[in-house]
This record gives sequence, structure tokens and C-alpha cells, in this order.
Amino acid sequence: MVDPVAPSDLVELYRLMTAVRQLDLAAISWQRQGLVPAYAPELGQEAAQVGSALAVDVCRDFVFPTYRELGVARACGVDMVEYMSTHKAIWHGGLWNPAETHVAPIQAVVAGSVLHAVGWAHGQTLDAHGEVPEAGYNVAITYLGDGASSQGDVHEAMNFAAIFKAPVVFFVQNNGWAISVPTEKQVAGGSVAARGAGYGIPAIQVDGNEAAAVLEATRRAVAHARAGHGPAIVEAMTYRRGPHATSDDPGRYRTLDEERADGGTDPLVRLRERILAEAAADAAALDAADASGKAEAEAVREGIMALGSRPGAEMFDLVFQEPTDELLRQKANWQEETDHA
Amino acid sequence: MPETMTAPEPVMDTQPKAQELSLQGALNLALDEILAEDPKALVLGEDVGTLGGVFRVTSGLAAKHGAERVFDTPLAESGILGMSIGLAMAGFHPIPEVQFDGFAYPAVNQIVCQLGRMNYRSRGTLPMPVTLRVPSFGGIRAPEHHGESLEALFAHVPGLKVVSPSDPQQGYSLLKAAARMPDPVIFMEPKSRYWQKGLVTSTESPADVSGARIARPGKHLTLVAWGAMVSRCIQVAELAAEDGIDIEVLDLRWLKPIDAEALATSVGKTRRAVVVHEAPRTSGLGAEVAQIIIERCFGTLKAPVERVTGFDVPYPSGDLEDEYIPNIDRILFGIQRVLEYKRG
Repeated sequence: MVDPVAPSDLVELYRLMTAVRQLDLAAISWQRQGLVPAYAPELGQEAAQVGSALAVDVCRDFVFPTYRELGVARACGVDMVEYMSTHKAIWHGGLWNPAETHVAPIQAVVAGSVLHAVGWAHGQTLDAHGEVPEAGYNVAITYLGDGASSQGDVHEAMNFAAIFKAPVVFFVQNNGWAISVPTEKQVAGGSVAARGAGYGIPAIQVDGNEAAAVLEATRRAVAHARAGHGPAIVEAMTYRRGPHATSDDPGRYRTLDEERADGGTDPLVRLRERILAEAAADAAALDAADASGKAEAEAVREGIMALGSRPGAEMFDLVFQEPTDELLRQKANWQEETDHA
Repeated sequence: MPETMTAPEPVMDTQPKAQELSLQGALNLALDEILAEDPKALVLGEDVGTLGGVFRVTSGLAAKHGAERVFDTPLAESGILGMSIGLAMAGFHPIPEVQFDGFAYPAVNQIVCQLGRMNYRSRGTLPMPVTLRVPSFGGIRAPEHHGESLEALFAHVPGLKVVSPSDPQQGYSLLKAAARMPDPVIFMEPKSRYWQKGLVTSTESPADVSGARIARPGKHLTLVAWGAMVSRCIQVAELAAEDGIDIEVLDLRWLKPIDAEALATSVGKTRRAVVVHEAPRTSGLGAEVAQIIIERCFGTLKAPVERVTGFDVPYPSGDLEDEYIPNIDRILFGIQRVLEYKRG
């Protein structure tokens, strides 16, 4: 059984989603201002990202994001300056510590880390020697999109996960677009969740713009995996309201009218209306959360401004745990020629 | 194919004990000991469990160490590698097998973009102690894609280490060393040598497993080789000795990192070198070896470094593979060209 979504959950969802919204909007302006070279916005996917992330326990579970999971990372407690460092081109993958935060580095290969989640999850069952612990298995959650679902690795991952009964949740954000290609030209049959039947994996398609629905569906999926029943698929039907990335021009493949029609009501507005209708919080509290989100974004901006480059020596030092002599030689040459210049 | 054997008992004696084993048996012994000594070690791949692998290298291991630790995966190489990466993130030391060299290609994204980069991407917080075993090279009249030599491809990828044993002792010692390393190692097993026997001593010292080794000492010319080509080069050296030519055979073992000091020491002494490999010539590892020799020994070289290699053609069918793999005559011609080289 899973906890039903409580009024306090709605407020927590809103607090995080408005913070994510402010950070995401700010990140686009930071790119326009030249503070970061590029950014992949998640505008419109706040409910899917925050709703799913709140269903996992990063003290024990492990999260495998792609490159568009600012909302997931924020909800999982990743430092946002360390997160944005990858967009400032400081370090591929980000500067946060994945081993400590249980949030894997940013993955630029579409579907690249889906199999890693299966491996990590299988490791949890090996650690438990096949006996489901009293507190259940630790669970991996891996994020992928409608575009990624075309990759062969997603098939391999789902098949492996079902064969090994690995405690992993495949969280699909079907946001309608893979850069310029719409879902109908990407996902045969129209649903990634529907593929679950072929693997014998329970799957649910959920309104990805309804935060409470996402939270509840993902909690059920996590509970299923935790209890030792194997993998689960959640397909959150959402909408990428912005461009694929700051270099993209959606005007070349969709009109503003289409965006308005397909995007539907802003998930943040929907959650706000529900909270007010259910009197889970009053408008003043939600306004305060909005203001707090704005202040946080400003603080992150200052953090990014202050964030310096990593020492060039790290290029060499972090390749291996035990560097080769040749790498040390290249490092020494680089250092000598850099110092000389 | 010989009778399969049950895995020998791990040798835990402190006294060195030599036993005659095939390369397959030596690798099996090494895996058996690794699984016994390291509770986090896992063996996974296609048919590695109940069957014991198509070359029987994992024979008996699942029965002895448990089906949880030695397990069959679905038939998907990207899945095997991706899963191994996740298992390493969970604290395990996976030893995946890709059944044949050519089937490492379907796993290239996971090997190149993920395995080789995860330590770097995670700034050293997610090490990848993964040893990928790949039955490699040609010489067994196998179907297409079962006889590839991928060392240059792997060696070119940052974040990977690459090693290839040449005989049972090397197989045993290098596999045990690779499995202890905190970094990814591509372990290229010369499949044409699986059934050749040799004495295996189960003692270990760092010198036994690091860098290159002199497989046969000599003073007139250095033959540089690895994997299956080492024993062929020793054969060539014995033949050349009948003509009074004293050839040193350097078993490179580690293809990344390459032991530049050993190359410099050997060629510094012999002043002549021929590199032998099965892989196609263009951009093959022979070019890298030649360049290292030139950087270190330019002043003393008596002749340009010669390469005797496979050709820039897809690996041929069994009928033609003896034409493709450097044979004794071609290696002797290479030696002759170096010995007869005249400046200007």
C-alpha cells in the first residue's frame, strides 16, 4: 500500500515546483545573458519531475537523470549551482557528488543510463541475497523521454529488468517532442507504457501535468519495486512548453497556437487551483513560496557567477583511479608548456 | 573441443605450485580464485552460467560460487555492459564476458561513452572496477565477426586499460591483476590459444603483471607482439636462430598503457624492431609501437621499424585466414627487410 497524496504533499509539490519554475526560467535568461552557454529547459514538466522525485527516498534509492532533469535534481536535494555547473561548461556531468546524493551525473546520451539503473537495481537484490529485506529493496528510478524510448538500450533495459526482476522504475516523460519530431513519429503504438505488457512489466500512463497524480503513480511503482515484485513503468504524458534547448527554434516545427492547444493548462497553475480549492494552503502561503523560489534563483545566479573553472590538472587526474604513466607524462608536459606560455 | 573440466579448487597455498594448464584452464582457475577471494566479484554474460561459456572459461563457476554470482544474461551486449556499469555503481566488481570480439560492437556506446567515462564524469566518485573479457583475434576458422582484433579501437578510448595474455601463465596472472584494478580493463583473450598448455604458478608479484615481458631474450632484433602472435614470434625466433640470428621477443601484454620503457630497453639493445599484429595495418597499434620506438631510440635504430600485420580488409573467411594473419614466412620477410636495410 502507498500513502495517499495528503494536503501537505500538495503544498510540498507546489513549493518545489515553483522553485523549479523560477530556476528554469532564470536559466534561460542566464543563457541569453551569456552566463551559461547552453541550457535544456524543462518548462511544463515540473509536475512530472517533482511529482516523481518526491516518490523516491534518496537516502536509499538511486536516481538516474538525463540532461533535462533540473526539477528532479532540485527535488532530490542536489545543489543547484553544482547542477548548473554542467551548463556553464565547467564539468560534464555536473560538480555534485553522485555517490553521496544518490543522483547519477547528467547523462547526455539519450537512454545512456537506463541500463545502469537496471544494473544498480539488480545489485540491490544481490546484496540482499534474493530475500526481500523487511524495509524492502532500495529502488532505482531512471528517467527517459519519448525520444529515448526509440533507443535499443531501452528495450534491453526493460527486458533485463523483467528477467532479473530488478527493483527499478522506468519513468518516461512523454513530452510530445524529441527536438523537432513529434511523438506520433517517434513512438509506434502511441504509448511507451503499452510496451510494458510485452515484458510483463506493470505500466501506467498518467497525466504528467497533474502533480498529485504523478506522485501517486510513482509511489505505487516504487512500492511495487521495493516489495520485490520487479520493475514498473510510469509514462507521464506532459508537454515540453519550451524549446529543446536554448539553441533550438520551435517556430520551425510548431506554431504558437499549437503550443497553446497542446500544452494545456500550466501544471503549476493547476496545482495552485487545486490547493486553493481544497484549502490545503492559502494564497498568501503560495505567493510566499513563489517569492522564495525567485530568491533562490537569484542566489543560484550569484553562485554561478562566482563559480570558477576547475584546474586543468583535473583533466588528467580524474580519468582513472590509478593514472597511467603516459597520462602523467602528458600532464607534466601540459603543465610545463602551460606554465612556460 | 576437449572435455570440459570442473573448476579446480582455488590454490591458497603460500608455496608456489606449478601445474600444467591450458589457457582456458588457467583463466578458469583465476576466475575461481577471484570469486573466492572477492565477495563483490561477479561473472556475467551470455551462456557463462550453466554452460560455462562457449569456450568453457567459466565452466563450473556457477555451481561452485552460486547462480547469483555467475549468471547468464539475455543475449544483448549493450545490456551486459550497461548492467555491469550499474552493478559497479552499486559496489560490485563485475567481470562481464562478450562472447566474441565482433559482438563488442553492439556495446560500443556503453564501453566508450559510459564505461570509459563514468569515473571522469563523476569526478572519481563512481569508479568502474569492471574487467571485460573478450575472446579475441582470429585463427579458429570461425564465422564472420568471430575473429576481430579490436585492440586499437579500445586503446584509443580514454578511460580504458587494455591487456592481452599470450599463454596460460599470463592469462592467470593478468586476469587476477585486472580484476583487482579499480579501473575498467578490456581483457583480450587469444581464442586460438585457449587449448595450448603451459605451466602455471599461482604466485603473484607486481612484476609478474605490470608492463611488458621478454618472452625470449635475443640481441639482433626485437619482435614486438601480443596475444596469439607471441607464440608465433617465438617459433619464428627459433627458426631464425638456426641461421644465427638472435631475436628477442617482447610480449607487450599491456596495450594500454604500453610499456615504453621496455620497448626502449629492448630496441636500445637490438637496434632493430618488427611489430607483429593480426589487426589491420592502417592506424593499428603497430603504428603506436613504432612511434614510441622512434621517440626513444631514433639515434640508435639501424633500420625503420617494420610492421607485419593483417591487411586493411574485413576479416576473411576461414579458407583465407592463414593468408591474413601474419604467418611465419611473412614475419621472416619482415625480419629480412630490417636486417638488409641500407641507409640512403
